[in-house]
Amino acid sequence: MAVKKISKVQPEKFEFNKKNKETADSIIKNYPSGKQQSAVMALLYLAQKQNDNWIPLSAMKYIAKYLDMPYIKVYEVATFYSMYNLTPVGKYFFQICTTTPCMLRGAYNLVDICKRKISEEENRLSEDGKTSWLEVECLGACVNAPMLQLNEDYYEDLDPTKLEQIIDKISNDEVPQPGSYRGRLSSEPENTRKTLIGNKNA
Amino acid sequence: MLEDKDRIFQNLYNDFGADLASAKQRGDWKDTKEICGKGREWIINEIKTSELRGRGGAGFPTGLKWSFAPKEVGSRPHYLVINADESEPGTCKDRDILRFEPHKLIEGCLIASYAVNAHKCYIYIRGEYFNEGQKLQTAIDEAYKDGLLGKNSAGTDWELDIYIHYGAGAYICGEETALLESIEGKKGQPRLKPPFPALIGLYGCPTIINNVETISVVPTILRRGGKWFSSLGRPKNTGSKIYCISGNVNNPCNVEEEMGIPLKELIEKHAGGVIGGWDNLKAVIPGGSSMPLLPKETCETIKMDFDECVENKTGLGTAGIVVINKDQDIIKCMARIARFYKHESCGQCTPCREGSGWMWRMLERMAKGEATRDEVDMLLDVTKQIEGHTICAFGEGSSWPVQGLIRNFKDEIIERNKFDPIVKKQKDIPYLVDQHLLEKENA
Repeated sequence: MAVKKISKVQPEKFEFNKKNKETADSIIKNYPSGKQQSAVMALLYLAQKQNDNWIPLSAMKYIAKYLDMPYIKVYEVATFYSMYNLTPVGKYFFQICTTTPCMLRGAYNLVDICKRKISEEENRLSEDGKTSWLEVECLGACVNAPMLQLNEDYYEDLDPTKLEQIIDKISNDEVPQPGSYRGRLSSEPENTRKTLIGNKNA
Repeated sequence: MLEDKDRIFQNLYNDFGADLASAKQRGDWKDTKEICGKGREWIINEIKTSELRGRGGAGFPTGLKWSFAPKEVGSRPHYLVINADESEPGTCKDRDILRFEPHKLIEGCLIASYAVNAHKCYIYIRGEYFNEGQKLQTAIDEAYKDGLLGKNSAGTDWELDIYIHYGAGAYICGEETALLESIEGKKGQPRLKPPFPALIGLYGCPTIINNVETISVVPTILRRGGKWFSSLGRPKNTGSKIYCISGNVNNPCNVEEEMGIPLKELIEKHAGGVIGGWDNLKAVIPGGSSMPLLPKETCETIKMDFDECVENKTGLGTAGIVVINKDQDIIKCMARIARFYKHESCGQCTPCREGSGWMWRMLERMAKGEATRDEVDMLLDVTKQIEGHTICAFGEGSSWPVQGLIRNFKDEIIERNKFDPIVKKQKDIPYLVDQHLLEKENA
């Protein structure tokens, strides 16, 4: 099980903005009537997005009222799932996959770069306050290993030099192109494609 | 090798684009009305003829699963749930289906919903696949606009609505009952079975849960016939399958191949061979991290299908092949997998919650050569106490890779951890009393 810490500094009030309220109401309609609790995960995402990529306790209380469910049930969900950040993270949040398939292809070299260029410890903001990083479990892009997730995008087929370039760009507030950094289009084999030859670059 | 014309996922590498127009050109949504017009019995029988087995890991026959759904809709509605919570390390096939072949999945959802009497379908996508989910949502919107979903889906007179539900980074939600809990807005902790979801599932209603790949191959099977699908592979292990080959190979890739293709052919031909040559191969994890690894000797001959993998004391699982060569430290690799399971245990059952961390700590020490010789057997004992003593199959999933390591590389672990504990010399000391103190004395 993973340990999740709650931020010591908490804003007093949280409320969805108008747009998120509309989105929340339309998400609740996806579920049968009376089962609005199902929307809690999606609403936590909305709150996280609205609140600079982390969820304060006041947002959990707000969502509990919004969905007419006990606060503790929302708290339970927010602490169970690893993608809800309960402490502030960087505006640019690097999540580096280090599970075995990525590890075999050198994911820990990427971790070293993050330690050197972002911050010594996980989940600590960099000096300019914009970035933070975290080691995570399998992100499901194993044939494009090593890879990382930067906010919502996947950066694949990396090596330490390329990661350094990405971090440099980020510190200038430029968001680099996501996807493969060895010129692959998807998960096809490089050089030696033996299947679906007739379709190639159709 | 499978011929290109027999490959179901023609757009696996996104040569054509994933939009509705090009999907239709590839033959998706062709005659969907006629297929459904042949009736539920026919669809389920055709899937039974095809001997399609679930592609999510357990390999349960799909036709049989569908036939468990109550024939008539009673007071409770039926649901179809698609499991796209692909988190097994080494596996990334569903991601490509979601982003490049979404219409195969949506059409499959329609046919499957029709077959199991469901008017609502939830697709549970792992939260990290946000962009893939957006692509699927675009495809769903296209389908609604084209009349392929909604009140009269694709002219079949069947009403179907598809909704996407995002997960939030919990591996355990790939377990079907944990997934249902998660959709219900709770933490993803598996339920006891029975009752099985086919009778009491989502919101207490009959629910059929299938993997993305399973559902995506259904339309093609019905179009080309169950006999065609069962002509590929061998009996009980039929059809084609997307294999994901990752790790120490020259060209890691996803490839759709016939069931029962030799593992060596997959690695040598499609993935460009092991880094450093075949002789540099150490071991292969054949079916995602939960499956025990195979030593090199077995890799020479094994054919990749459900039954042959079981004969070789492993499993096909999700067909996520992780190749490990001799440049790597095999004990460290397994310790990292154990850490994965320690992180992802949901904490509901004590053997798994405590045991997964225990296995991880022991393996880390073994990788460093700090363990004692007796601990290897103790580790095996721990795995045996987790396996079979948990609500869901996570217990097996976390202990099998460790058992595989001990079965095949016990000599190597002992070689590195030669330290012989004092317990053996002084037989009167009880086995479990403060062993760490004894070690200190000894050192």
